[in-house]
Amino acid sequence: MGAVPDDHPRTLLQALARPGYLLSLWPLRALLYGATTPLSALLWGVPLGLLSLPWVFPAAALAGTVHGVPATPWGAVLLLALGALLLAAAGPLVALPGAALERLRVRLVDDRPLPTPHREPRRTGLAAWFATRYTEGATWRGMAVLVLTALLFLPLTGAVALLLVFCASMAAAPLLVWGSVGPVALGPWEIETLAASWIPALAGVGLLAAGAYIGGLAVAAQAELVRFMQRDRGEEALRAELTEVTRSRARLVDAFEAERRRIERDLHDGAQQRLVALSMQLGLARLDLPEGSAARERIAGAQEQAKRALEELRELVHGIHPQVLTDRGLEAALPELADRCAVPTEVRVGIDRRPPAHTEATAYFAVAEALANTAKHSGATSARVDARMEGRTLVVEVSDDGRGGAQAAEGGGLTGLADRAEAADGRILLSSPPGGPTLLRLELPCP
Amino acid sequence: MPVNPGDRPNGTVRTVLAEDGVLLREGLSGLLERFGFAVVEAVGDAAALEDAVRRHGPGLVVTDIRMPPGYSDEGLRAAVRLRRERPGLAVVALSQYVEQSYAADLLDSGGGAGVGYLLKERVADVEEFAAQLGRVAAGGTVVDPEVVRQLLRRRRDPLERLSEREREVLAEIAGGHSNTAIARRMHLSEAAVGKHIGNILAKLDLPPDDGLNRRVMAVLAYLRSA
Repeated sequence: MGAVPDDHPRTLLQALARPGYLLSLWPLRALLYGATTPLSALLWGVPLGLLSLPWVFPAAALAGTVHGVPATPWGAVLLLALGALLLAAAGPLVALPGAALERLRVRLVDDRPLPTPHREPRRTGLAAWFATRYTEGATWRGMAVLVLTALLFLPLTGAVALLLVFCASMAAAPLLVWGSVGPVALGPWEIETLAASWIPALAGVGLLAAGAYIGGLAVAAQAELVRFMQRDRGEEALRAELTEVTRSRARLVDAFEAERRRIERDLHDGAQQRLVALSMQLGLARLDLPEGSAARERIAGAQEQAKRALEELRELVHGIHPQVLTDRGLEAALPELADRCAVPTEVRVGIDRRPPAHTEATAYFAVAEALANTAKHSGATSARVDARMEGRTLVVEVSDDGRGGAQAAEGGGLTGLADRAEAADGRILLSSPPGGPTLLRLELPCP
Repeated sequence: MPVNPGDRPNGTVRTVLAEDGVLLREGLSGLLERFGFAVVEAVGDAAALEDAVRRHGPGLVVTDIRMPPGYSDEGLRAAVRLRRERPGLAVVALSQYVEQSYAADLLDSGGGAGVGYLLKERVADVEEFAAQLGRVAAGGTVVDPEVVRQLLRRRRDPLERLSEREREVLAEIAGGHSNTAIARRMHLSEAAVGKHIGNILAKLDLPPDDGLNRRVMAVLAYLRSA
């Protein structure tokens, strides 16, 4: 399928580049747009101007036009701040309908749709609406459009209008002369006879055609700018979406962590206490039975079972969430972890403040996973854990002198931890060349 | 002077018990009474423990480490505070897990005399548990074998010189047992136990010392000096 020649320009800019511009409806559309520009500029420019009124006085004082007003620097700063505050607070309330109208007006000279660039608030309610509108760039770009309309495009439109009026009156010179009694003044010329009026009339028509182009160009520039400032920025929406997703993932990790603690606490308060009490009762019951009796042996057996169950439960509960981590942080928990590792492990922890609980947990479980892998696969004779703060980042490194060749995919646990680290805006780096050594580095942001 | 605190009658030991689990508190109370400790008050949280100790002036405190309101290490903190306040108050802390830092806090208080740190599940072995409480009440030191096991893993190098048997004896020493008790528990002759202990102390470059308490402390101090 070849390129289909587009016979119908969709925008004023495209139309300007085509030969039939002057005979099309486009100059009229541009005229309509230009004619409504002052209305829009007044409608929205005046309230915005009022909001920024406090800026006028320092500016005027600076220019030296207002005498008698003591130009104290503090007063000026105060007024500047007041103006900024007013604009920031009430500006969007003007900008939102103003920008909406500007988007509509653009349709006069642009057939392409220009949907609202504003996002739907995530929740219902006025507060959510305000939060969304005041924080999105489209609102403030909308305000910029209105300011530009009032300060730049209004004068431009005025200049073009003057030019057009001049050209039009030149073109209409024969009519003017015919209808008046005396000579007609047209700029520097004076036209006295009808015959003499044809020359400026022809020139006027020519200039009017040129004016249609100049005015069209000015309008097109304005429309393109409005369009640029007010188009739906897909990537911006996507970025907002991404932050939202990341946040919700972080929330999920937090919830997950809270759930682990709850389970740990429930097991500690429930099953563990009951098992301890049970085995104690069994121990006491055993004392009441005659030495060497079958019942005493049975109770001893039952006690042994309860003891095993307790040991298994203790390990399980510790794996779910170690109490020492909650109580004393990484400084105490990492050495305990190293003590449990089959490979002799040296630990250094240099952290001056406690990171958030979920960060600590992520770091703890990453080290646990890394040490477990070291013990299982590496054949290392020694390992090292080093935790420290580098600026606002918690850095934890686990290294061993084993045979290397570790892969994140191999230990599913590591991949899970990488996901967890990522959800917390952190990352896990793994270097494990064949032959070793292996180094795992975890970086977690710590506000 | 070597003493065998396990032989000491417990009837004179006024005890305050702190444990937040009702089931376990009742059970422990019964156990202690059965072995002749006088439980003057049994409480459910750390603040009540400190109150009770100030009110009764007991000789022994048996406390859970993790208690309300924070379910963190309130019991341990209270115990350490109480020992600072009342030198000579014997404390046994019960923990669901072995945490070296908790054990260290407790052992560092009051020079480690009259201190016990035990896993909660040790209460199942009721006679041994009661005997350990008795030893602590008499000023001895009792550390859970699990603590020793973990410490041994930490200090691999010089401890590799210890034989399997010597390690077992070391754990028994940490448990605060006398040579006689170790011999009975390990089915060895007392002379053999003495020889093992001599070997251990020599291999760890520790001065020979027959005071139970100091022996435990020396070994633990060595192990913890990593």
